[in-house]
Parts: sequence; structure tokens; C-alpha cells
Amino acid sequence: MSDLAGVSSTLLYAAFIFYLVGTFLFGGSIRQKGLRDDERLNRWGIFAITATIIGFIAQLGYFFTRWAAAGHAPVSNLFEFITFFGMMVVGAFILIFFIYKTAILGLFALPIAVIIIAYASMFPREISPLIPALQSDWLHIHVTTAAAGQGILAISFIAGIIYLVKNIDQSVSTKKTKWLEVIMFTILSVVGFIIVTTSFGLANYSASFEYVNKEEASAVQEFTLPALVGPNEGVLVTEGKMEPFVDMPAFINANKLNTVLWSLATGTLLYLLIRLLFKKRVAALMQPLVRNVSSDLLDEISYRSVLIGFPVFTLGALIFAMIWAQIAWTRFWGWDPKEVWALITFLFYAAFLHLRLSKGWHGERSAWLSVVGFGIIMFNTVAVNLVIAGLHSYA
Amino acid sequence: MGKVKCECGHVNPHGTILCESCGRALTEEAKKENLVDMRYEGSARRSQTYNKTIIDKVWNFFSSVKVGIWVIVLILVAASFGTILPQEFYIPGNIPPETYYEDVYGTFGKIYYMIGFHDLYNSVWFIALIAALGVSLVIASLDRVVPLYRALKTQRVDRHESFMKKQRLFAEQQAVLQESDLQKVREELKKKRYKIREVNGALFAEKNRFTRWGPYVNHAGLIIFLFGAMLRSVQGMYVDELLWIREGETLQIPGAGGDYYIKNDGFTLENYEEGEDPEVFNEAIDRVGTVAKNYQTDAVLYRNSNNDLPGAEPELKKVLEDDIQVNQPMKFNSFAVYQTSFREDEMKAMHFALTNKTTGEEVGDVVIDLFDQQKSYDLGNGYKVELKGYYPDFDGFTKEGEPISKSPLPNKPAFLFNMISPEKPEGEVSFVEIQNTMEPLGETIYKMKFKNLETRDVSALTIRKDLTLPILVIGGIIFMIGVIQGSYWNHRRIWIREKGGYIYTAGHTNKNWHGLKREIDSVLDGTAIPEPKDRQKD
Ligand code: HEM
Repeated sequence: MSDLAGVSSTLLYAAFIFYLVGTFLFGGSIRQKGLRDDERLNRWGIFAITATIIGFIAQLGYFFTRWAAAGHAPVSNLFEFITFFGMMVVGAFILIFFIYKTAILGLFALPIAVIIIAYASMFPREISPLIPALQSDWLHIHVTTAAAGQGILAISFIAGIIYLVKNIDQSVSTKKTKWLEVIMFTILSVVGFIIVTTSFGLANYSASFEYVNKEEASAVQEFTLPALVGPNEGVLVTEGKMEPFVDMPAFINANKLNTVLWSLATGTLLYLLIRLLFKKRVAALMQPLVRNVSSDLLDEISYRSVLIGFPVFTLGALIFAMIWAQIAWTRFWGWDPKEVWALITFLFYAAFLHLRLSKGWHGERSAWLSVVGFGIIMFNTVAVNLVIAGLHSYA
Repeated sequence: MGKVKCECGHVNPHGTILCESCGRALTEEAKKENLVDMRYEGSARRSQTYNKTIIDKVWNFFSSVKVGIWVIVLILVAASFGTILPQEFYIPGNIPPETYYEDVYGTFGKIYYMIGFHDLYNSVWFIALIAALGVSLVIASLDRVVPLYRALKTQRVDRHESFMKKQRLFAEQQAVLQESDLQKVREELKKKRYKIREVNGALFAEKNRFTRWGPYVNHAGLIIFLFGAMLRSVQGMYVDELLWIREGETLQIPGAGGDYYIKNDGFTLENYEEGEDPEVFNEAIDRVGTVAKNYQTDAVLYRNSNNDLPGAEPELKKVLEDDIQVNQPMKFNSFAVYQTSFREDEMKAMHFALTNKTTGEEVGDVVIDLFDQQKSYDLGNGYKVELKGYYPDFDGFTKEGEPISKSPLPNKPAFLFNMISPEKPEGEVSFVEIQNTMEPLGETIYKMKFKNLETRDVSALTIRKDLTLPILVIGGIIFMIGVIQGSYWNHRRIWIREKGGYIYTAGHTNKNWHGLKREIDSVLDGTAIPEPKDRQKD
């Protein structure tokens, strides 16, 4: 049994490598001239998509071997779910790629998927047994469909961001260039999170604090990063570790906030490093890469992805979710934060689709909307789980 | 109201912008435009035509997509506010919300509570927003679907060239249509599943018109869903009850009109165990500690056949036996009984031995059922224990020295015994609580020695009936059909026509112009018919 689990991790690792290779190949493929609208793919492009598909198959292999090892679909904890989401982004990219044959999409979609999967790996990776509420076929029906919908909607974001990188005038500093930099900085902060977590993980850093929790009981919290902020009335019990600068009130989870602070700090460092090295905005740095692609086509890809993804998302994240909630929690709807955020995502994309009906909401504005939409999806996938504890919060 | 007659002879409803039949512009503005606005085929929509009475104004307000979007966005933003702090129904039940929010979240929590965000989703204004969404959906859909249907039904094959010239995809070329080219085009179009109509040397190909009804179908589904959700508040449609039931107890099922009783035949809580469960779980069990595997109530359902006879004792007939687990509710009629919660090891009975303190001799055992005590327990041979007082949830003494009980639940039972023995026929008084015995009226010869405790689990079952579910299911299915219908196909039309020595080609789709453009190009490839250009490209 555990051999299977081993094979599974190897396959995930392989998928990860293939996605990285795919990214570079896509980079090569857009360097060549051409590839406006409907020109054919070049050799690089063919290699790139092949690597992507092999990676995707490897990840499917990871998914099903892990399923076999665990006896349940591996979508039951944060690591498994986010990894699966990464896989769905790649799957959705492959789907859209075959409709529009645009290599540039791969150059952005694959790194995003790579970051998502790396991010997922920062959470406990062991195979967890299912608590009673999760013991249902609806677990994999609901979660996989919802993640597939989110993956397809993520492609809308990717087309949108390429649109913005291409079309926003970088010769002057405006609100738009600033917001675009905020997006880049956010992505760098996620990379920052991966870097610090991995580094201190390798160094086996661990510091325990005794503190007073929300229920005014004494509790222990373990920090795997040096504590910049400590828990409520926290006392460091591990010797020789860093003392926090300030303590947080009880209703804030200091450990999580600390991780966020570290990620932002590392992200800032990375961002400043790039700015100093290249003396350009990050988006300006990327602009030459996307020069060749048609803005109109990007706009259509972005819209089309929403059209394809919206029904899938609705089915998975609302309808299947309601069916399961009726069975597991006795009511199909209970205004649990995760439910509410799925509804918000749904409403947001409904608004997006209706805005497309009116003039003036194509192109750039639509691209900004697709970015916001993805922001909402990530908020629901990551932040609601970590910050707002509800019925859904995983271990 | 006056109808509008077009030069082509077709009579259009008042307010029509483009002739339903030939496509000529009928209004001055439309004549001036470079590209026609094809969204609703230039049909006569009520909202664009009338604006006099109050009804017109309300209609126009709600039929506007802009208003619809505002409503959606307002609901979205409002809904997000409700997730900042937990809603009232998720906070611990034993703390009043008035103090909870302030205690836990400080001033922010107090404000949150004061403006009513702790129960946002039931607030009047939030429900009003949902109602506005419903109204907007109905009006906006009706305003568009009827004229759109008419226009698409009446459209002619040979559109006026002014109509074609103002399409987004358009080309004209001085040439004559060759039959061989046309034949090739027909074949290609058929392969791509177009429906072809030809009149007077004009060709019109159309496919997937049904996709245009998608939005209306999905809106109808949404309305049915909202209607179903509204029915929730109608008497008898909805039951939501919580039943705490101890092992061995048989209780009436609340909300079922006294027809049904349920017995708890035992509650089980299982955890995952290393060694027993698959090895792959060991690591997780090690890290987290205990992981629950199963919560289960073995239940028996009874029907009370005497329920119709007023005053009669219930006569219970077994209906079914079921293990209620999470995700596997017991179902009967339109009810479902769910495993919701539990409390383990509630005290059930205490065993004592009446014991001589000096010799240690045990005279006899006394078992006190905490839910059903006797006044006295006769042990024979002149030994007897009287229960003078029972304090199930003992919480100290009053100033006068009276013991108090906090609640009727046996959380911390205490007893006042009078121990009667041949030596002390009047009895000796002893006050016994767990791990502590007092002799308030002087030292005693005998004592009540604690032997052991019987416990049992209490299971919480949710009783649910929801007759609105079928309506919601139908609404949901219709909604899904509608979104899929509207999203996964495009309504595409191609016009080819020769007039006055020119060939005109034009194309229209409701979305995804690249796809249409590519399709037309491949259809016209290798013919002398001009490929239309996209005139709205940046
Ligand atoms: C949450 C609520 C809503 C959902 C989920 C929803 C969903 C949709 C969808 C999926 C489409 C098709 C869009 C496309 O194919 O591009 C659509 C179209 C449309 N919706 Fe909604 N809608 C909602 C509320 C509303 C409201 C409140 C209005 C009122 C103004 C409205 C008016 C329209 C109109 C006018 C169309 C276009 C119809 C056409 O193209 O013929 N919708 N809606």
C-alpha cells in the first residue's frame, strides 16, 4: 500500500518537472516571430504542449495512485485540494490551448500552475483518513467539479493578465501600472512563502509557545518560522529561539499571521531585487514577451474561459455542494463562509457575463475583471480555509 | 399604437429599430450608425418604447441590465460582509450574542453586532435585495425574449444590403456568384451543420438558434429556485428540529405531529486506530492525535397507531431499524433524521455500598438511577437507605446551608442520605458528592461507599423535512440546462447575396467572433466569394 503512495509522490514530482520544462519550451516558442491569430504552432510550441500533456498525465497518475493508496479521492486536505486545483489549471489550459493554439497562454499558465502546486506542498502532505462528514461519494464529485470550474476560470485570469501586460502603457507611471505591479508582487509573495517555508523547513526550525486562546484556556502553538508576532500572552518554551516583537490578541491566529508577514517580507525582497537588477517594472519586463499576440484574441479567450468555466463551477461549487450539504449537514445551505464565498464567486462571474453584454466592458476592463475574479477564487481556496474558520476548514 | 411598415412591406411592431424581416434601419439613429446594434435584432422592446406611466418607469428600471448588475454586485458585497465575523447561528449557544461579539472581538465586534451584521442574511434589506434580483430577472427576461423570438422567426433570407453592410463581419466585391462556388459553400456549410435557406439568389445559413434562449431558460430556473426558497416560510413545508436522545430512550419525534417515535439503541464513536486502519494513515494520526471515523446512532423508528385517538396511550409499532451515520440519514416519509452531535458518557446511575466504617463490612448495595430515584432503598435485616435530597448538578450551599442544583442534568450529582441500621434506627445523615462525603449532623457509624458509575452516551439527531426541495431541484436543473444551452454554443448566421454586380457576405454571432470568422473563412476558402473582415478589431 505505502509503495503506491511512494509511486504517487514520484509522479507528482515528475509532473512538476514537466510543467517547468513546458514553461521554458513555451518561452522558446513565443520568441519566434508570428503567432498572431491563426498561424500555426512552431516546433517549440509542439514540444511545449507535449511536455505539458506528459506532465498532466503524470499528475493524473499521481492522483489515481494516491486515490488507490488512500481508498478515497485525494481531495480531502489542503495539500491535496490545492494540488488538484493546480492540475485543473493545467487541464483547462490544455483544453483552451487546443481551441485557440496560443503558445503565450502556456508561458503564463504553467508557471502559475507550478506555483500553485509548490504552494500546496507547503502543507502537511500525509494521506489523511476521512472524518465522518467527508465519507461520501459527493466528496470527489463536488470537489473535483468545483476545482475544474475554478481551473477553467483561472485561464480567464491568465489571458486577462497577458492582455494587461501587453496593453498597459509602461512608459508612464499610472494607477494601472501600479495595480499591475501589485498583482506581480502578490505572485512574488506566494513564491516568497514557498521559499521561506522550504528554507526553515529544511533547517527544522520549530519554536513552541504557551499562550491563552480565545476561550481563555491555556494552549500551545508551534511556529515553524521565527515568530515576528507571537500569540496572545505567549511564552516561548523552546530555548534559544527568536522572541516575537509583539503579541497578538486572542482572536488572531498569530502563527498564520506570522507566516503571512514572512511571505510578504520575502516577496518585497524579491520584488525590490528585480526592480534594482532590471531597473524596470516587472510588468514592463514581461511586455516584450507578449508583443506578438492579438489583444482581441486574448479578450475572446478570457471571455470564452468564463463561458466554459461558469457552468462547471456552478454545477460543482453550488449545485453539487448543496446536494452534499443536504446529506451531510442536514441543510443544503447554511451561510457558512466557504459557501458564501462560492456564492460570491458565482455572482461575480454572473456580473462579469452581464457586463460583457454592454459596450465598453470588453478588452481592458474585462481583463481587470478576470483578475478580480481569480482573486476571489484564490481568496476562497486559500484565505477562507486559513483565516475564516468554518465547517470547511481543513486540519 | 402605430405599427411601422417597412419599405419591404413587412409590418413591424411599434418601436422596432431594424425591420424584423429585411433588416432595413427604421429609425433615424439606426440609419446613421456604422454598425447595427444586433443584440436583440433591433426588435421592439417594451422598455425602449414606452416611458410614460409609473408602470413603464418601473418596468424600464428593472429591465435594465445595468440595474441588474448593480443588484448582483450589491448582494455580492453584502454577502461578503457577513463572513467577516461568524454569524449568530455559529457562535456558541451558551453565550448571548449581545455580549459575545464585544467580548471576543472588542469594539469592532460590538459595532458589527449593533448594525445587525451578526444576522445579515435574514435582515430585511438583504432579503429585499434578493427580491429585487427576482423582479429584475423576470422583467428583464420578458422585455427581451418575446421581441427577440418574433424577430428571429420573421427574419428573411434576402436581407437588405444596408443591413449586411452594417454587420461587424462584412465584405463586398464586384463579382458574379458562380453556381459551382455556391455548391461548394452549401456542402461546407452542411458539414458544419448550418441550416441553409435560399431565395432569389441570396443564401442564408444559420445554426444554433436555440442557444439564444439559454439566458431566458436559466433565468427561469433561477426564478423557480428563488420561489422555492421563499416557500420555506410556509407552514408545514419545513421542519428543523434537534432531538437529544440518550441510549435506551424512546422519544417522540418532534415536528411529526406525534405520529413517530424513535429509540436510541446505542451510540458509537469510533476513531481511526494505528494498526487497525490502513498503514498510510499512521502519519496523519500521529500528527493530529485522534481522528474520528464514525458517529453512529442505532435507531429504531416506531409509528404511534393511537395518535388519532385523543388521550390514548401511545401504541408503538416498529417501522424500521437503521444505523444513522453522518452522510447516511434515516429516511421515512418526507422526513430525514441526521446524526448531528453527541455527548459521551453522561452519568446514568451510581452504585454505592452501605458500609460499616470501622469493620469495613458492606451491608448491601444501592444503585441510584440518576433519572429515576426511589425514596428509599431497603436492604433487609433492618438496613435501609433513605434519599432525603438529590442535587443532580450540585453547586454549593445557600447561606442557610441548603444545597443547590444548577440544572436538572446529572453533571455533578450529590445526595443527602439517611442511613438506617439496627444500631441507628432513626438513621444517620450523610451528604455525598463525588469524592467527598460530609457528615453534617455528627460522625456516623456507616457510610455510603462509592463503588462505580454507569454512563451512557447522548446522541443529537436533527429531524428535517423540506418539501421545497423538489422545487429547488427543478429550478436547479432548469438553470443548468439554460446556462449550458447559452454558453456552449453560439448562434451563428452567414448571409451571402449578389446584388447589382456585387457579392456581399456578412456574418453574425452572439459571441466568439474569432470562431465565426475562422469558420466562414474555411467555408469560403477556394471560392471567389469574398471573406468577410472583422470591422471591430483593435
Ligand atoms: C444571479 C443572477 C443571474 C444569473 C446567474 C444570470 C445568468 C445569466 C447568464 C449565464 C446569461 C448568459 C450570458 C452570456 O451568455 O453571455 C445571462 C444573460 C442575461 N441576463 Fe442574466 N443572470 C442573473 C441575473 C440577471 C438579472 C438580475 C438581470 C436583469 C437585468 C439579467 C439579465 C440578463 C440579460 C438581459 C441577459 C442577456 C440575454 C440575451 O443575451 O438575450 N440577469 N444571465
